[in-house]
Amino acid sequence: MAEWIDACATDDIDEEDLIRFDHGDRTFAIYRSPNDEFFCTDGLCTHEQVHLEDGLVMDYVIECPKHNGQFDYRTGEAKRAPVCANLGTYPVKVEGDRVFVEI
Amino acid sequence: MSSSKSRMAGIVIIGAGECGIRAAFAARDAGYEGAITVVGDEQTLPYERPPLSKPDASGAVEKPITSPEILSEKAIDLKWGVSANAIVRNAQEVSLSDGGLLAYDRLLLATGARPRTLTCPGGDRAQVLRTIKDANAIYAAAENATKVVIVGAGLIGLELAAELRTRGLHITVVEAGPRPLGRNVPERLATRLAAKHQEEGVSILCGVHIASCTDRGVELEDGRFLQADLVIAAVGVVPNDELARSTGLTVENGIRVNGQLMTDDPLIYAAGDCAAVRTSEGNYRRYETWQNAQAQGEVAGRNLGGGDASFDVPVWFWSDQYDLGLQGVGDTSGNPTVIRVLGDGAEILFFLDDIGALAGAAGLGRGNAVAKDIKIAQRLIGARVDAGLLSDPAHNLKKLLRAA
Repeated sequence: MAEWIDACATDDIDEEDLIRFDHGDRTFAIYRSPNDEFFCTDGLCTHEQVHLEDGLVMDYVIECPKHNGQFDYRTGEAKRAPVCANLGTYPVKVEGDRVFVEI
Repeated sequence: MSSSKSRMAGIVIIGAGECGIRAAFAARDAGYEGAITVVGDEQTLPYERPPLSKPDASGAVEKPITSPEILSEKAIDLKWGVSANAIVRNAQEVSLSDGGLLAYDRLLLATGARPRTLTCPGGDRAQVLRTIKDANAIYAAAENATKVVIVGAGLIGLELAAELRTRGLHITVVEAGPRPLGRNVPERLATRLAAKHQEEGVSILCGVHIASCTDRGVELEDGRFLQADLVIAAVGVVPNDELARSTGLTVENGIRVNGQLMTDDPLIYAAGDCAAVRTSEGNYRRYETWQNAQAQGEVAGRNLGGGDASFDVPVWFWSDQYDLGLQGVGDTSGNPTVIRVLGDGAEILFFLDDIGALAGAAGLGRGNAVAKDIKIAQRLIGARVDAGLLSDPAHNLKKLLRAA
């Protein structure tokens, strides 16, 4: 059953960047867009299960640190080879200076 | 078979590796509606080669690039287990090992490269690594081996050394050149990687030549004998350019192509490991990385479908050894201009040209510590950058990207 989890402070994430968020035995990536919006996806790339935390965020795209696969982190959509499976995405809300994710 | 140019023979791609498959996808994604046929000589669906040096407990990992469903959805006809025997250019046909003839409107040679073998007596005893079959043979032999000699301290040789050492085998790497990774890794990072290997118990001997391989090991030219129950040759690759040569295309260490990856025959393209691409300085360069196979495959695919794309992506590579990750992009020859020291032993070397524009960068660190900065460097190549800002780890390189 998904529930809202207080994941981090808004200031924990630089603009156009991401952080890793672990919860239970699951791992996620939380993004802050250049327009100060927040998003959440699965943490591991769908190609070789590399964590996206060391990847590069450009606009609304996260590029995997290992093999350069790209995803749109708003929708999880796989954008560039070698990735072909989409990332799961999760609802996010900001209350005050806290970021909540529904996972 | 008709030789009329109005027929719709479609695109034929020789080679079903990373490059050939990416080319087929790119042609289709660019809107090409004719037939696309890919011919591959391995007895399996196209697979990724990088995982071959990173096996799991049960052996080499066969990771398919695509699936029969995706190929069928994109109407790409894959003929596997078949090789091309000859190209008949005046008939625009390729003759196949199964006796078939394939007519083409445009042809792509994505024939790749094959491992160079040892020329010394007994050199054929050494295993090479290129295919899933090779990888399985190496890991099966390693099961029963205690001592391994790896000839060649390049990226493949050292990745295998790390992998087999981690399994507890006794490893000696012998290198003819003066230092490990002499061809494509900056000396400072190569030295650090070599030190890591030594710390893990791998011995690396440089400046030594092999006299012969026997069933007991390797004899060096200086008279030393290295016992081994498994010998691996990782001494580079030679391009598979014979098909092009025998049909009269210009070949010299690879199939010569222009910036659009077209050979001297405007109906025939070449891309990936087998292609020697004309640079803006008028030289020809052949690249052997996975990313290059993808990037050139995509350019060739678009052009096969009638496009006019050029290849100019700076070439990027990575290598994982033990817990260290190495990445490089662009031209990293000579001495680095600036070193950016990150935490936990990670560092990035930047190479600027004489007008202060970024030519290349290479980094080494634990895991993927250098990945983000190398990706930014890739986007900065060709731009003038402030060396002081590059060296300051507190300065986010993305700001340079916005300014560039």
